[in-house]
Amino acid sequence: MGFTWTIVTLVVALAITWRYLGSYMASVFEGRVHFLGWLERPIYRVLGTSPEHEQTWKRYAGAMIVFSAVSISVTYLIVRIQGSLPFNPQHLGAVAPALSFNTAVSFVTNTNWQNYGGETTMSYFSQFGALAVQQFVSPAVGIAVAIVLVRGFARRESSTVGNFWVDITRCLLYILTPIAFLAGIVFVAQGAVQTLAGPVVVHDALNRVTQTIPRGPIGFMEAIKQLGTNGGGFLNANSAAPFENPTALTNWLSIYLMLAIPFALTYTFGKMVGSVRHGAALLAAMVLIFGAWVGFTSYAEHQGNPAVAAAGIKHQPSGNMEGKEVRFGDTSSALFGVAATNTSTGAANASYDSFTPMGGFGLLTGMMLGEVTPGGDGSGLYTLLVYAIIAVFIGGLMIGRTPEYLGKKIQAKEVKLAGMAALIMPLTVLIITAIAVSTHAGRAGPLNAGPHGFTEILYAITSQGNNNGSAFAGLTGNTAFYNVIGAIDMILGRFAIMIPALALGGALAAKKVVPTSLGTFRTDNPMFVGLVIGVIVIIGGLTFFPAVSLGPIVEQLSHGRFF
Amino acid sequence: MIAHLRRSLIFALISLVLFGFVYALAGTGVAQLFFYHQANGSIGTNGSTMIGQNWASSRWFHGRPDDMGPYAANPKKGIPGGDNPLVANGIHGESGATNLGPRSKVLVANTKALIAYWHKLGVNPTPDLVTTSGSGYDPDITPQDAIVQIPMVSRATGVTPAALKRLIAEYSRGPQFGFLGSSTVNVLKLNEGLARLVNHRPR
Repeated sequence: MGFTWTIVTLVVALAITWRYLGSYMASVFEGRVHFLGWLERPIYRVLGTSPEHEQTWKRYAGAMIVFSAVSISVTYLIVRIQGSLPFNPQHLGAVAPALSFNTAVSFVTNTNWQNYGGETTMSYFSQFGALAVQQFVSPAVGIAVAIVLVRGFARRESSTVGNFWVDITRCLLYILTPIAFLAGIVFVAQGAVQTLAGPVVVHDALNRVTQTIPRGPIGFMEAIKQLGTNGGGFLNANSAAPFENPTALTNWLSIYLMLAIPFALTYTFGKMVGSVRHGAALLAAMVLIFGAWVGFTSYAEHQGNPAVAAAGIKHQPSGNMEGKEVRFGDTSSALFGVAATNTSTGAANASYDSFTPMGGFGLLTGMMLGEVTPGGDGSGLYTLLVYAIIAVFIGGLMIGRTPEYLGKKIQAKEVKLAGMAALIMPLTVLIITAIAVSTHAGRAGPLNAGPHGFTEILYAITSQGNNNGSAFAGLTGNTAFYNVIGAIDMILGRFAIMIPALALGGALAAKKVVPTSLGTFRTDNPMFVGLVIGVIVIIGGLTFFPAVSLGPIVEQLSHGRFF
Repeated sequence: MIAHLRRSLIFALISLVLFGFVYALAGTGVAQLFFYHQANGSIGTNGSTMIGQNWASSRWFHGRPDDMGPYAANPKKGIPGGDNPLVANGIHGESGATNLGPRSKVLVANTKALIAYWHKLGVNPTPDLVTTSGSGYDPDITPQDAIVQIPMVSRATGVTPAALKRLIAEYSRGPQFGFLGSSTVNVLKLNEGLARLVNHRPR
């Protein structure tokens, strides 16, 4: 009963957010929001740019790539020299080079894969000055790229697509920072820690126990971690730790924050292209798949844990509680897991490694669909638009007409770019997984034996290739091998999709609009929603089914066997 | 290219100041001003209500097991049982789960050991009491998890089962706002209540 109300309240809150945040974001990117103009204008002045200086898609992409490279370098530098920087009450030394590189790439690509335990590795300076900064900036870059693709449909015969610096500045000042700050207050009020003081030693006279309790500026980082679909927590246990996610309310808020921007961007899209119905169609495709995954995964987790049953506890009324926190329970943990994997957040309020085989299947396949349901901040929308272009192309082939989407002709160039963007992720993930399972260094990683061990590897490569960042955390990832292939995986998963997406935006913006006629293939009705869902599921399903059947499916089917 | 690089470096610096320092320090200011207790770790006289402890003696209600196996006692790895629950993945001071899979032989063996541990204490354990949590230091149990421990605590303290049952009911918190999450009992608060009960019992 409680779970039903959790879902109902989330749906209502997200519906309101979709409408109003969606239209607010359109205003921000169309330059109609100015309440922080006193801060915004000086930023443009020192950068030597202005909203009137529009860029071609190539210059926009150039700025994005150079900025990302600089961000990786700065993040790497800070964690390497954290021992000499202030705000380091635990006197933690430099992070090792390979781990620093993996971590820098991870946070700049909005992945937040963590091969380290935060409370024993990162100084407070590294946490808020390097990692949390990228938790703001990387979603802003993702949203900016999505807005370029949206402008591609909205503009006519335009050679420019916007200004990268203006777009990310507006996104940061008017969208991410205010919402994150308000949410941060709720996290702290509920019990998340926010202090610059170091760990505290407490003694319990009743129990005669002495504990050293790690602390830090956690609560406000938690807010941007979820809102920015980042997922990298301050503490090793991530959102399972009470200092990050203290109550059922903050758990609800975390889920809401992860989903808010990715869903609302479909409204922004609809508003900017002048047809909210088109945005609603994309939203419907996202929601239908997301809802199905929530139902499937929470049902799976409500079943008991097979190993606990085999040990003698057959009756498990509260579901699979291995690796879960009592205050959340089974279904809310599953809901959180689906929200974290179907967006590119990757936060974890439970051990995903200990999910039932089909629960783990739900999380893994949620990522394999390409992070479009609803996906990450920005990355969800631009990847879904790529799938929509493929759907339009297939629809066009069926009725034998040149396909159009929002009046823009989809021709050979656009289909090639969309195909490239859609295929790069499955290719990267499958090839790198194959390398990992065929080398000693790769096979040394898993904690669990049998098919679950393979799933740990597949999950890690899928997660990084989709810039998700969640893990089957039994895998020992802090090795030279996994740090390096992981970084390659994350870079390809981010930029090898962003660049074709920007190119698409540029190509579409240059086109003129053809008037709709009776023969035009409708792209705002249930038929099209079904076609988009079909494309998403078929691309993800066909490419990954063989790999998944060796992991969670075998595990589910091996009744009574333990590894 | 040079223009991109110059703007990138400037923007990286602006980000460090605005979204690093200003955001974190303004947040810390608000937190310390208005939510002092929570922002510093919800710490009372006997520890933090947000961090579980190992209650080894049968005079107290126990929380959920640590992720290093039955109550963290692992002499081989030099981990002192019952002293520091903040042990995960074999690293002191790090939170985390066991990450054992649903068809893991190790998990079956660990769970069997935990069931035997509880049976020795005269408790018929619920699933929560033989599974480890996501953080490794879950501060809460469900009311039912506390109720099954009544015989153990009653025998060791002499408090009647009926009084313990009332105590558990007093410290039980329903789902937040009536629908979010599960019913919980904070183990530290419950044991502090138990200590008061034991001290004020007429002799």
